[in-house]
Amino acid sequence: MSMSRRIEPFHLDVLKEVGNIGAGHAATALSSLLDKDIDMKVPQVKLEPFHMFGNMFREDMENVAAIYFRIDGEVTGSMFFMLPVKEANSFVQKLTGDTSQKITVSNTTELAVSALSEAGNILAGSYLTALADFTRLNLIPSPPGFAVDMASAILSYALVPLSAAADEALIIETEIIENDRESNRVLNGYFFFLPDPGSLGKILQSLGVPADE
Amino acid sequence: MADINFAASPSTIRTSGLGSCVGVVIYDEKLNIGGMAHIMLPDSSMSRGGIVQRAKYADTAVTDLVSYFRSKSKQGEAVRLKAKIAGGAQMFQFSTSTELFRIGPRNVEAVKEQLKNMKVMLINEDTGGSSGRTIEFDPETKKLYIRTVNKGEKVI
Repeated sequence: MSMSRRIEPFHLDVLKEVGNIGAGHAATALSSLLDKDIDMKVPQVKLEPFHMFGNMFREDMENVAAIYFRIDGEVTGSMFFMLPVKEANSFVQKLTGDTSQKITVSNTTELAVSALSEAGNILAGSYLTALADFTRLNLIPSPPGFAVDMASAILSYALVPLSAAADEALIIETEIIENDRESNRVLNGYFFFLPDPGSLGKILQSLGVPADE
Repeated sequence: MADINFAASPSTIRTSGLGSCVGVVIYDEKLNIGGMAHIMLPDSSMSRGGIVQRAKYADTAVTDLVSYFRSKSKQGEAVRLKAKIAGGAQMFQFSTSTELFRIGPRNVEAVKEQLKNMKVMLINEDTGGSSGRTIEFDPETKKLYIRTVNKGEKVI
């Protein structure tokens, strides 16, 4: 079964809007969490064949800290919040106000993991709640899973259990940016929402878009 | 993911981002050629709908790698194929973790089983754990370079 035969360009536009609304709410949540302005880039919607996965990410995504949620309910899928490791480290130090908290490739403190997981929970929660309101479908996230690793390995891990029914994955990616003008540092975070093959039609239909299934 | 590639020295073959997937390298000691598959699932009978992507499953991918080398050999000549494998990690621990998310170890077992069925000698492996891997095989030295984010580089 291939998803690409059923997906038309206007479907991608609708799915971009899904990313916009979800990440928009998450950005607002992050803004109040950090008390900083958060910008958001235009979402990218990609239908990525599995054999192209290894080349999907930019170099700064080689080492990321990722919070992963499996989504159950009327819509099933996977949700990730990822930050390049260095930025995850400064993010948790900002959140905890404690510079002894660390997220690095070799060493991670327990409180840092919990702070980042909780932040991920709040952000993914806002994203999914917005999406649930928008589609009137329920989406229930699992407790957060945490890993520091390669972005491609992390995404593939979530895809593998579903890969018996598909040869490509639909990825809704939204980047959020904190511009700290005082320190001139930029923090980039990425949301990756991957609806399972069977859920795509439900999302499109709930938004009044005919999905050819 | 879900692909098979071959390389002859001085080229190398690599695949990146092995999570619960397994990278299988097969080579013939006498040839400077290596074949690498990046498999995602243990068994092609799991495939639902459409055409089976043979490179995606342990059983079919190993079969295709082996057939390639057998087809290259002269008739009657004994072929001694060797293998090195890496991957099969479990990257996230969930309390509610279903059987589906324990796919890493099942992938490793399935690859080993099929190697045995096809009489390919498993020389070395770097499997399991919780880290993603990027691997690169040099067909000339038959060395497999394995890079992880947390534990640096390893050669088997």
